[in-house]
Amino acid sequence: MAKHNISVTINGAARDAEVDSRLLLVHLIRENFRLTGTHVGCDTSHCGACTVQLDGTPVKSCTVLAVQADGCKITTVEGLEQGGKLHPVQEGFTEKHGLQCGFCTPGMLMTTSALLARNANPSEQEIRQAISGNLCRCTGYVNIVKAVQYAAEKARNA
Amino acid sequence: MSETDMTPRTDAKICGMGHSMKRKEDPRFIRGKGNYVDDIQLPGMLYMDIVRSPHAHARIKKIDTSKALKIPGVLAVIDGPTLAKYNLHWMPTISADTQMVLPIDEVMYQAQEVCAVIATERYIAADGVDAVEVEYEPLPVMVDPHKSLAPGAPVLRKDKKDKKDNLAFHWEAGNKADAERALAACDVVVREQVYLPRIHVASMETCGCVADFNSAEGKLTLYMTTQAPHAVRTVLALVAGHVGLSEERIRVVSPDIGGGFGGKVPVYPGYVVAVAASVVIGKPVKWIEDRMENLQADSFARDYHMKVELGAKKDGTMTALKISTVADHGYANASANPSKFPAGLFSICTGSYDLKHAFCEVDAAYTHKPPGGVAYRCSFRVTEAVHAIERATDALAQKLGMDPAELRMKNFIRPEQFPYKSILGWEYDSGDYPRALKKAMDIIDYDALRKEQAEKRKRGELMGIGVCSFTEIVGAGPSKHFDILGLKMFDSAEIRVHPTGKAIARFGTKSQGQGHETTYAQIVAEELGIPAAHVQVEEGDTDTAPYGLGTYASRSTPTSGAACALAARKIRDKARDIAAHLLEVSPKDLEWEPGKFYVKGAPQMAKTIQECAFAAYTNHPQGMEAGLEATHYYDPPNLTFPFGSYICVVDIDRGTGEVKVRRFVAVDDCGNIINPMIVEGQIHGGLTQGIGPALFEEISYDEEGNISGGSFLDYYVPTALETPKWETDKTITPSPHHPFGAKGVGESATVGAPPAIHNAVVDALAHLGVTHFDIPITPEKVWQELKAKGIAE
Repeated sequence: MAKHNISVTINGAARDAEVDSRLLLVHLIRENFRLTGTHVGCDTSHCGACTVQLDGTPVKSCTVLAVQADGCKITTVEGLEQGGKLHPVQEGFTEKHGLQCGFCTPGMLMTTSALLARNANPSEQEIRQAISGNLCRCTGYVNIVKAVQYAAEKARNA
Repeated sequence: MSETDMTPRTDAKICGMGHSMKRKEDPRFIRGKGNYVDDIQLPGMLYMDIVRSPHAHARIKKIDTSKALKIPGVLAVIDGPTLAKYNLHWMPTISADTQMVLPIDEVMYQAQEVCAVIATERYIAADGVDAVEVEYEPLPVMVDPHKSLAPGAPVLRKDKKDKKDNLAFHWEAGNKADAERALAACDVVVREQVYLPRIHVASMETCGCVADFNSAEGKLTLYMTTQAPHAVRTVLALVAGHVGLSEERIRVVSPDIGGGFGGKVPVYPGYVVAVAASVVIGKPVKWIEDRMENLQADSFARDYHMKVELGAKKDGTMTALKISTVADHGYANASANPSKFPAGLFSICTGSYDLKHAFCEVDAAYTHKPPGGVAYRCSFRVTEAVHAIERATDALAQKLGMDPAELRMKNFIRPEQFPYKSILGWEYDSGDYPRALKKAMDIIDYDALRKEQAEKRKRGELMGIGVCSFTEIVGAGPSKHFDILGLKMFDSAEIRVHPTGKAIARFGTKSQGQGHETTYAQIVAEELGIPAAHVQVEEGDTDTAPYGLGTYASRSTPTSGAACALAARKIRDKARDIAAHLLEVSPKDLEWEPGKFYVKGAPQMAKTIQECAFAAYTNHPQGMEAGLEATHYYDPPNLTFPFGSYICVVDIDRGTGEVKVRRFVAVDDCGNIINPMIVEGQIHGGLTQGIGPALFEEISYDEEGNISGGSFLDYYVPTALETPKWETDKTITPSPHHPFGAKGVGESATVGAPPAIHNAVVDALAHLGVTHFDIPITPEKVWQELKAKGIAE
């Protein structure tokens, strides 16, 4: 199988990797880079547990090939906290009990932090629409919506 | 106790019961630092992937592994004959039935494990699976449990000597003749066919393990997605002791678990094969299912065909109930049920009502489908029981022309009847059903909704109101009656207080998102006054935690939570003696307030729990054992009976048949509450796993046994768009027998929500003569009904 040399910036750090053509981005992140916060919850790109940001845009990393990320900036859940300061969505999820088992949480955090970057004051419907590609089996979403509203307000007042 | 008594006894610093403490689990999860099974990476670890049958029933003529073994990195293919050499090709189910680990010559359901490829990398293992060539001879398939139970049906379980039919078991409760006589004497009888289809828990994390056999020490460490690590260790020792895996050489570790809901109670063949592979090859082996394997092969829930007959007097007094059920258990009975209760706690089916005559029976059938019968976020078969009685109650209201809330109020077990002995043998511990329903009706303004509905009907708009007043039965259970594979269903807690007054507490249960690290710490805080922040909670490691049966059936708070309180009270008793020694008074002269002992009448003479802890290691009384720790194995005297009333409002689109849940009010009573924030979160999640089966989720099979609903493409888990903004409230009726009056809450909402939604949809169309829907109530089913009535737009 063909090998490819790729270079990415992941959570601010430059990394090179030699990868098979077929390697999925999620496995590059989890297994090559050992950043296991990004999870795999399905194989049909429905659940969103694997969501990361590619150049700021949330993508389902189980549906992106590692080679497609060549030259890109990748942000994973491990990259949300900056200088010991949690991202507002991280704070919001804790404050509003927006997580239980924690498995969908990294994907939810990456989707909602991207939402707030493009829309500082989303309506409830806009939040629900944004996370509709991220499944959660524990929380019933109500507290996730509250968490994002909390984060939005926190970010606006920062 | 009323809701106003919810004021916590401890201050925010101690953070005992009643505080909405932020979760101790969250800091790692929001940083992506959880440790789930697939995150475990061991040196030299190999990967396993599984070849599965495309047929629901077939003879295996040949398994050709030659091409697979030529792939660089593929090390081995393990099949049934390989395991048979070690007599590991069969295993017991948790219901003491048997199932294949890997087949020798016959597959019995689609997606059954046929053989496993072991390789150096995940992708290469998958290549190996593709390269294995299996030759099958398809055989006739039995998918219908009714046909399976019919006389003369071909026998499926030919492995069982002398088995002449496909009956997995027959179980019944109550007096059949009496119930039938009573039904015959009723003024009104409704007969309702209630089918709860096969569904799947679909926890966001699938199942998997890392089996790490250390051949030098002869010790197996099994990291595993399990809700019951201790029971798994014992079962492994019982089935694999003959190949050297005796119990002291097995360590089962259940790390962070990404949701369980019952699906991670059973032992699946993949775990066993991974263990065998690690033992044979001498290296760690990781096996992680993909989502399709998870949905297609792991234990399902429900699949109960219930014929419900409910009888009443003309005035609506309900008197008699009879339920006959055909249960589809698939190829093997792999239910997660206590041994003496093959149909679980189904005999809670008289529900919240004072019925004097009742009978229920379950005939369980073998079919060519995956084995199972686990719960889906519910105590053993309680969802089925509640759905049956709550649908029948609405059907009765419709037939009598009575309001469904009024009919329920009329028939509720009255508060003064508790403890209440049900006709089917349960002793309900406590309850106030009218209060919960009244509260739900007040919150949603029930009368106004009925007026609105009447006006909308005049305009041709479809709006329905659904009520469900459920009674749960959880916290299994008293050892006199409850065991799984002989293991009694007590549970445990061990607390050690360190010299500086901090503590570690370990339990026989295992959280899968319920927040035990927080709530158990709050129980310790409540009982000992040690701040919850200073209590480290650990579960899931069989080398360190005390033995217990695990977390499912809403049993953690009723069992391990109780054990925690009682272990803490033992510690408090010892601390009292230490305080008396330090203060040079008699222990009888001391009073306790959270966190300290003080001398009666002289409150300035006091010793904190931290001072007592320090003295336990530095200055303990002569003759007293040093240290400050206790263990308790709690054997509950009875089950607990949480309850609630839910009211749901739906609007139906006449163009598409889509059901939209406009409002949903849930009033729950789970007794005394440890952490209100976590309880509310549990209810939100349970409600969402209630709307799923009511409107979307189903795994069905065609005549050839081909699964539909075997991936997230067509198994529809509710998203944030379909899920309504849940409105929750509570009443508090403590359990009289639980050490701190709690009842358990994790599953109430999953039990109560589906009938409320189901009833609401039927109610929306009741004026058109509609009396029945099967769940899930998809837009297509509704639209067909609208079309039949000539009102589809």
